[in-house]
Amino acid sequence: MSGDRKVIILGSGPAGLTAALYTARANLAPLLVEGLEAGGQLMLTTMVENWPGFADGIMGPDLMAAMRQQAARFGTEMVQGDVTNVDLQHRPFSLMLSDGRVLTCDTLIIATGASARWLEIGSDRKLAGRGVSTCATCDGYFFRGRPIAVVGGGDSAMEEAIYLTKFASKVSVVHRRSSLRASKIMQDKAYANPKIDFIWNGEVIEVKDLDKGEVSSIVVRDLTTGAVQELPVDGLFIAIGHTPNTHLFRGQLQLDAQGYIITHDGTRTSVPGVFAAGDVQDHVYRQAITAAGSGCMAAIDAERYLEGLPQHMGEAQTVA
Amino acid sequence: MASDKVMTFTDTNFETETRAGVVLVDFWAEWCGPCRRLAPTVDALAADFDGRVKVGKLNVDDNPNVAGRFQIRGIPTLLLFKNGQLEETVVGLAGKEDLARMIERHLDRPVETEPQEVARAQK
Repeated sequence: MSGDRKVIILGSGPAGLTAALYTARANLAPLLVEGLEAGGQLMLTTMVENWPGFADGIMGPDLMAAMRQQAARFGTEMVQGDVTNVDLQHRPFSLMLSDGRVLTCDTLIIATGASARWLEIGSDRKLAGRGVSTCATCDGYFFRGRPIAVVGGGDSAMEEAIYLTKFASKVSVVHRRSSLRASKIMQDKAYANPKIDFIWNGEVIEVKDLDKGEVSSIVVRDLTTGAVQELPVDGLFIAIGHTPNTHLFRGQLQLDAQGYIITHDGTRTSVPGVFAAGDVQDHVYRQAITAAGSGCMAAIDAERYLEGLPQHMGEAQTVA
Repeated sequence: MASDKVMTFTDTNFETETRAGVVLVDFWAEWCGPCRRLAPTVDALAADFDGRVKVGKLNVDDNPNVAGRFQIRGIPTLLLFKNGQLEETVVGLAGKEDLARMIERHLDRPVETEPQEVARAQK
């Protein structure tokens, strides 16, 4: 009746690792499946300046390594790889791992996060790794002295654009609107950078050159006039937000129109015993610290849920 | 952390080391977060295919010539060579099982199954 594990956690970003830390310290012996994008989005960043406690900032990958160590120190078992299938309709819940193993659990904490969105115009995906990228810190290096473009108008887009000026000869920001969505401080930094210029009301409709297998230009349509221009660039960085990693749970958990897991009363999902934390259920705040906070909430919610389960109450009665 | 089964490719040894057999090259750099994620997978593949496939890493910072020759524009990128010929390119993260299946397809033995497309995960 009860599963192999009291708690399984999916995801190893700030939400998953914090949930692991708390459930491990509560003696629930959590097992954490890291996922393909282990460490989460902070692994793609450089200096994180808004994680409380680090007055001078901390490198994203270093912060994640420290969180991982801390969760492991209290006994979290970490499994590399991905989950390929879940069954949340029967109890205990069961999961299939990418290596073929099947695990069962009494509670599940989903912290699978969100992954970078692509333009979905075909040519962008086909030229991935050939000049199109969703990770400036990974790939900016390859564009030293070359002109590039960044798509997007939010904080991440500005951060990428500013970072890329370290390498690129020129960075053109293409944004669908006539003003940025980014915070004031990021806007000011971007406007002040002489290497960055802006193409407003622009939509990238094509990336060339598919035949050569490398980026030679992008085709941008002006959304107000309909005019089309071709911009010669060697690289295109896409920073237009994220989509939640919830395809595994479709049809089993309540999701909103954008695919985010709907939570209520803390981190509870539509299935009792399944909890969600971090970006997989949050398209509003999307911060490392809010993800960690909700990971802690999910751990506490899972612990209380387990305390209320019949077999647990039975144990308690025996003790009494 | 790198396993001793993983070799190091350089601008100097690349040509000789990839000339014969099946060779998997992981293009990476210190500053690349996703490369750190992929490292344990590459280590595991090196151990699993020990003696059958040469698995190694090439630091793009230290070895710009090879990276330039194959027009690497993003890392991690895995290239698979067979007898010096480039056979497969995998950009970004990929699961160990998918990569193992890809390698198997290039090993000399009767092929029972249809070749499958390797999942190309985004970073």
